[in-house]
Amino acid sequence: MKRTLAFLLVLVMALCLFAGCAKKQAEVTLPAPVAAASDMEFENDSAAADVAAAKKDLAEVLPKVKVGFIFLHDENSTYDKNFIEAAKEACSSLGVSYVLRTNVPEGQECYNAAAELVDDGCNIIFADSFGHEDFMIQAAKKFPNVQFCHATGTKAHTEKLPNYHNAFANIYEGRYLAGVAAGMKLNQMIEEGKFTADEALVGYVGAFPYAEVKSGYTSWFLGVRSICPTATMEVTFTNSWYDEALEKEAANTLIQRGCKLISQHADSMGAPTACEAAGIPNVSYNGSTVAACPNTFIVSSRINWVPFMQTMIVNTAAGKRLAADWTGTLANGAVVLTDVNAQAAAPGTAEKVAEVKAALIAGTVKVFDTDTFTVNGEKLASYAADIHDMGDYTGETEVIKNGEFEESVFRSAPAFDLNIDGITIIDN
Amino acid sequence: MNGSGHTPLFHISKRSALPWYLSWAIRLAAIVLALIVCALVTTLLTGVSPLGVYATIIQGSFGTVRKFWVLLQELAILLCVSLAVTPAFKMRFWNIGGEGQVLIGGLATAACMFYFGDKMPNALLILVMIVASIVAAAIWAAIPAFFKAKWNTNETLFTLMMNYVAIQLVSYFCNVWDRKGSGIVGIINPRTQAGWFPVIAGKEYLLNVLIVAVLTVAVYTYLRYTKHGYELSVVGESERTARYVGIKVEKVILRTMILSGALCGVAGLLLVGGTDHTISTTTAGGRGFTAVMVSWLAKFNPIFMVLTSFLLAFLSRGSSQIAQNFGLNHSFGDILTGIILFFIIGSEFFINYRISFRSAGEKEGSSHA
Repeated sequence: MKRTLAFLLVLVMALCLFAGCAKKQAEVTLPAPVAAASDMEFENDSAAADVAAAKKDLAEVLPKVKVGFIFLHDENSTYDKNFIEAAKEACSSLGVSYVLRTNVPEGQECYNAAAELVDDGCNIIFADSFGHEDFMIQAAKKFPNVQFCHATGTKAHTEKLPNYHNAFANIYEGRYLAGVAAGMKLNQMIEEGKFTADEALVGYVGAFPYAEVKSGYTSWFLGVRSICPTATMEVTFTNSWYDEALEKEAANTLIQRGCKLISQHADSMGAPTACEAAGIPNVSYNGSTVAACPNTFIVSSRINWVPFMQTMIVNTAAGKRLAADWTGTLANGAVVLTDVNAQAAAPGTAEKVAEVKAALIAGTVKVFDTDTFTVNGEKLASYAADIHDMGDYTGETEVIKNGEFEESVFRSAPAFDLNIDGITIIDN
Repeated sequence: MNGSGHTPLFHISKRSALPWYLSWAIRLAAIVLALIVCALVTTLLTGVSPLGVYATIIQGSFGTVRKFWVLLQELAILLCVSLAVTPAFKMRFWNIGGEGQVLIGGLATAACMFYFGDKMPNALLILVMIVASIVAAAIWAAIPAFFKAKWNTNETLFTLMMNYVAIQLVSYFCNVWDRKGSGIVGIINPRTQAGWFPVIAGKEYLLNVLIVAVLTVAVYTYLRYTKHGYELSVVGESERTARYVGIKVEKVILRTMILSGALCGVAGLLLVGGTDHTISTTTAGGRGFTAVMVSWLAKFNPIFMVLTSFLLAFLSRGSSQIAQNFGLNHSFGDILTGIILFFIIGSEFFINYRISFRSAGEKEGSSHA
C-alpha cells in the first residue's frame, strides 16, 4: 500500500509540474472584429473575396491566421473529399496555415475537436456536416475570439452570435442543371425505343428525409421534368451520410423497381458503382465519378466551397464582421457542374445545360416556379417555412413570392421540405 | 539427455506467480517497447523525430490547462465504466456489455431531459434522471445475468449482442426525437439547460471527477470489506465451493450484474447529463470495451485502476494529438492506440508463461526466461 501511495504521489507531482509549465495558448494578434451591431439582422452576403487584393492589403496579418477544419468523414466520402480539397485550395491560395481533423462524429466529439483546434491556435474554424451545428455553437459561445463557420447549418441568423456563421450554396440551381442533363438522357432513351415515355421513372438515393435532401431531389426532379415532361421519381433514404453497402443496395432496389436513371445525395460510391454494374445512367453529386463509372456517369453538380472559405478567412484576417449567412450562387462560382461525360450523356447535353444556366443566372428560368409543380394536386399559393429553427418545428416565414418558392433567401440552408406530386417516397 | 535433435527450439510453460516487481517490470518494458514502435511508425510516415512524437503525446494531455481537464474527464468516465465491469469480472462473469449498458443509461437520461425538461423543477428532474439511468442500465445488465443464472447461457456472447441492440435503440430514438429528419439529436434543452448538471467552480468536468472518485472508494470497499464482495469472489473462484458453503449462486450473479449495470448507468448519466447534453450512438465511445482492459490490467483492484485508466486515457489523447499535429487521418490515432494495447495485452502472456529456449550446452536448469 505504501508503495502505491508513493507512486501516486510521484505521479501527482509530475502532473502538477506538467500542468504548471504547460504552454499558454498561442496568442495571435489579429485586428479586433468590428463590434457586432446590436440588431444583427439577417444579412445574405454572397460577395466572394478578392484574393489578390487581400494578399496585398493583408500581407502583415494573413501569415498569422491559422485555420482549423472539422470533417465528418475523410476522403472516402465524396462530400468530405470535395470539402477537404476546397479547404486545401483556399488556404494555399491565401498562404495561411491550416489543421485538418477528419472522422469527427456529429456529437460532443465535434465540440471537443473545435476546442482542440482553438488550443492549437486556430483563429477560424470550419465544420462541414449538418449535425455538427449545435456543437459548433457551443464552441462559439465558449471561445468568443475565434470565428466558427458551419456549412449547411440553419441557426446562425437566430443565435445572433458575432462569431458564428452558416454557409450554403444555391445547389438547387446546380441540381436543376444536372436534372436537365438527365432529362436529355431520358428523351434519348425514349427515342431509341428502350422504353416508352410513360415508363420514364427515375430513382434517387437520399441520406436523410430533411429539407437539404428534399430541396435537392425536388430541384433535380424539376430539372428532369423540364426536359422530359412524363418523368416520375421514386426516392429512398438510407438514414446515413455514408454507408456504401446501404447506398448500393438502395440503388439496386430502385433499378429493380424499374428506374431508368439514378441520382443520389448520399456520400459514398455505393450508388454510382451499382449503376455502373447495372448499366444504368447516373447523375452524381459532390464531384465527378467518371473514373469509376466511365460508361454511366453523365454529369455531377457540386458546391465549390473555395470562395466561401476565402471570404471568411480574408474578413477574419481584416477584422471585418462576417455575415450570419453566406450563400453561394451560380454567379459567384460556388455552384458548379463538372464536365459532361460525352460517352454516357445524350448528344447536345453540354449546349442545353449552358443555355439553361444562362437563363437561371438571368432569372428567366426559376427552379421552384410554382407553375411547374403541384402539391396534393394543387398549385402552391402560400407556404410558411420553418426558417427560424428554434426547435418548435413550425413554419413562420412566408416563402412564396412572385410565383416562386424563395429558396435560400431567408437563410443560406435550404428550406424546401414539401412533397410534390410526381415524386414517391418508397420504404425499402 | 535425449539428444538435441528432438528438443524443440523453445517451449512455453506456465509460470508460478512472479514477484510483483518483476511483473510490473515486464509491463513497463511492454509500454516502453510500444512507445518505441509507435515512434518508429510515426517517424517513418511523417519524418518527425521520435522525440518530437513523444513531446506530442505529452502535449495531448498536458499542452494546456483545458487539455489537462479533458484528460481528467476521460480518465474519470473510463474509470467509472471499469469500476462497473469489475465486480462481474471478479465473479468470472465476462460482462463485455459495458458499452450497451452505458448507452442505455445515457438514453434513459436523455429521454428524461427530452420529455420532462419543461415539466418539473430542475432538481427533481435531475433526481428522476439519476433513478431512470441507473434502473434502465441495471435492467439491461440483469437480462443476460438472469439467463446465465437460470439456464447457464454464455454471458460473453449475450452481453456482446446486447451492445448492438442498445446501439440500434439509441439510433431509433435519435430518429424519433429529431423531427427535422437528419437523425441527429443535437444539444438537448439548449435554452433552458433543463437537466444539465450544475458546474462546480466554473470547471465543467469537476463534478464528474469527484463523483467517480467517490465511486472508486465505494467499489474498493464493497469488493474488499463487505460480505457481498466476499461472496462474489468465492463464486468466481469456484461455484461448487460457493454452493457448498451455502452461497446462493444465482442470487449473487443477478445481484452483481445489477450493480455492474447500475454503475454503467451512472457513466451514461455523467456523460449525457454532466458534460455532453446530447446522445448519439458514439456517446459511449468504445469505453465499454477499453474498460475490460483497464480492469484486467489492474487485476480488478479499483485503486490500481486509477493508474491503468490514466495510462489508457493519456495514450489515447496523445495519439489523437499526433494525428492532428502531423496532418494524419484521425484513424491514425486509433492505429497507435491499437499498437500500444497490443503490447500491453501481450505483456500479460510473458507474465503468465515462461519461454525456455534450448540452450547450446543442454544443461538442465540453466535456462532463464
